[in-house]
Amino acid sequence: MKQEKTPLLRREGSVKLLSSLLSIVIGLVVGGLIVLFVGLGNSEIGADGAGEGLRLIFAGILSTGRDASGALSWGFNPTNVGNMLFRAMPVIMTGLSVAVAFKTGLFNIGAPGQYLMGTMVSLVIALSIDTAAVPAGLVWVLALLGGIAAGALWGCIPGLVKAFLNINEVLACIMTNWIAANVVTWIFDGSAFRNMVENTKSGYIYKTSFNGVATPKLGLDKLFPGSQVNGGILIAILFAVAMYILMNKTTLGFELKACGANRHAARYAGISDKRNIVLSMAIAGALAGAGAALYYLSGNTEFFWTTYQSLPAEGFNGIPVALLALNNPIGVIFAGLFMAMLNIIGLQLTNLTAYNEFITDVIIAIIVYLSAFSLVIRMFLMGRKRKVPPKLGADDAAAPAKIPAENEKGGDDA
Amino acid sequence: MTFLIQQTLIYGVPLLIVALAGVFAERSGIINLALEGIMVFGAFIGVLFVRIMQTSAGFEALKSAGDWMALQGLELLAMLAAAVCGAIFSLLLSFASINLRADQTIGGTALNLLAPALVLFFIRIIANQNTLQMASGDSASWFMIKKTTLGFDRDADLGFFGNTFLHKVYLATYVCIILFIVLSVILYKTRFGLRLRSCGENPQAANSLGINVQKMRYIGTTISGALAGMGGFVYALTTANCASTGDVAGFGFLAIAVMIFGNWKPLNIAGASLLFGLFKCIAAAYSSIDINGDGVYALANLGISSHFYRLLPYLITLLVLAFTSKSSRAPKAEGIPYDKSMR
Repeated sequence: MKQEKTPLLRREGSVKLLSSLLSIVIGLVVGGLIVLFVGLGNSEIGADGAGEGLRLIFAGILSTGRDASGALSWGFNPTNVGNMLFRAMPVIMTGLSVAVAFKTGLFNIGAPGQYLMGTMVSLVIALSIDTAAVPAGLVWVLALLGGIAAGALWGCIPGLVKAFLNINEVLACIMTNWIAANVVTWIFDGSAFRNMVENTKSGYIYKTSFNGVATPKLGLDKLFPGSQVNGGILIAILFAVAMYILMNKTTLGFELKACGANRHAARYAGISDKRNIVLSMAIAGALAGAGAALYYLSGNTEFFWTTYQSLPAEGFNGIPVALLALNNPIGVIFAGLFMAMLNIIGLQLTNLTAYNEFITDVIIAIIVYLSAFSLVIRMFLMGRKRKVPPKLGADDAAAPAKIPAENEKGGDDA
Repeated sequence: MTFLIQQTLIYGVPLLIVALAGVFAERSGIINLALEGIMVFGAFIGVLFVRIMQTSAGFEALKSAGDWMALQGLELLAMLAAAVCGAIFSLLLSFASINLRADQTIGGTALNLLAPALVLFFIRIIANQNTLQMASGDSASWFMIKKTTLGFDRDADLGFFGNTFLHKVYLATYVCIILFIVLSVILYKTRFGLRLRSCGENPQAANSLGINVQKMRYIGTTISGALAGMGGFVYALTTANCASTGDVAGFGFLAIAVMIFGNWKPLNIAGASLLFGLFKCIAAAYSSIDINGDGVYALANLGISSHFYRLLPYLITLLVLAFTSKSSRAPKAEGIPYDKSMR
């Protein structure tokens, strides 16, 4: 309440930031402990291997591989950093997708499905329009818009059933995910989009660069030689800024957030809650679809089309990104970069040690677990910062009362 | 027909037992979205247990001696191990949602992310690939009950029921069905069951009558974890050739859908899970289903893409939820952390 008098460390914003950082640190430490114990318990890895694994978990982004003597070498690795930026692009978009839905009180676990539909439509558009007749740049834009539209439509489905039939959006999202995975495989099975030129690559769709369509590099490849980075990361950041403005500076954003805070109160205030739920899921789907389009329009990425048994990790990783960023669109940029860094670290672990990339998924899961009770962590942080306890009762009574209010956000559905 | 019934049971029974797992958690007031993750974890533990016992406990010798009782014992022990570890794994969810009053949806999602990650991390280190299989042989040769194991002659005709329920079946299927009946009776016909259910409907009232809501919710979620872990192993044993891949193809979520479709009631759930089992079975084996035994594969002859059959269970789930949502009645207090001061 007395915002101007609160010291920096006790402000809401900084406590939120601190709680996210604490989640990251705990996640990394637990991941490190697993690596340590597995290493010490496994004679093939041993203490040396465990030590290398530990160092890679905490500083893998600075790894430059192994030197001539076989020891890990360290330093600025432009390829790694560039690839980190490249991989951050789709998770920033899916993170935004999940965050926007969260703001409206919806848990968009359907990002993988929306991502897949975006992938399919943007690839079909980018590969089927002849670039000899239509400029490649225009095809690129059309493909991006197609991906956005496909994601938005796919996101509408759980939104519609949630708004009008009161079906839990989590279940609806999961079903649409698997339906999308099967539909995408169905469409590509037997189609002319399958890569038949490179015989070693069975099961993949053509890269869009076969049709001359690729995201411009904008000089980033000079900055980070040897990496896959391109202008897409800047577009993702622009999307994040746009979402920040939409959510915080416009009437629509206010209405969406009002529905998230209390659907019934919002309706009482004359806001159409059903329209906003569908709209929020559509925006969320559009963002996930855009992320997929940006990733696969890069020109150097390939899509494995027999995907009916698995869902893209980029979609699920949107959840930890949004949770880490506490649903702040600007925070999503940094959380996405962190998630991409973990991804690179996982690759380094696989390539350089006896460990594998799944340990970074463990770390991500732990971070999600911690963010489930981030409120408790935040209260703990607030409590610790308070050197002199305030008047007994006043604050203590106010704090617990807030918990159910925030926890019930999405709790009243079927 | 025999084939159809057997396959339906094989897909339906894991759904049945995991849906009951969901009922135990939700009736006590905790939304257990982590069923999928617990299944993945249980499948891993069960397969790992079988693998270790095969090599270290002399089961190879018993197998070659044809001691099938011992092998069925191993199967039951593996189910038990999966159940115990599933229960332990679910404590993560209980702790977060009961003691720390966390958001149960996010907590469950965290477990769903954690289980495949942990499992694949260890599988890769143990087996150096992404699949953990049995040390030797396959689930059919080790655990499947056939005519010959029961002492019948290879050519003996057991009649329709004998062929369907005694030949090429798994003991696990029947154990799960018996457990389902016993636990349903406990949930609905005993004092303990009534107390558990009261915590999901009106915990404040239950607490005022001296029931320890937190303890009841812990018990509900732990039973839920045990059943889901066991269901995960049964799924791996009967449909995935006793292999663990860090994935149960969305069965945990299908089980939640079955639970909602069955309106949180055991009899309806039994019906719903058999229906879903049938769809899953059609998706997996539509090309070799011979409904009336005349050698005509009707479904394969329809010329519909196999992809359609594969997405059918998920599509049906969505449609079924859409049509039944109006009449569904969830436990009133599910998903809301218990707060004594709200009494």
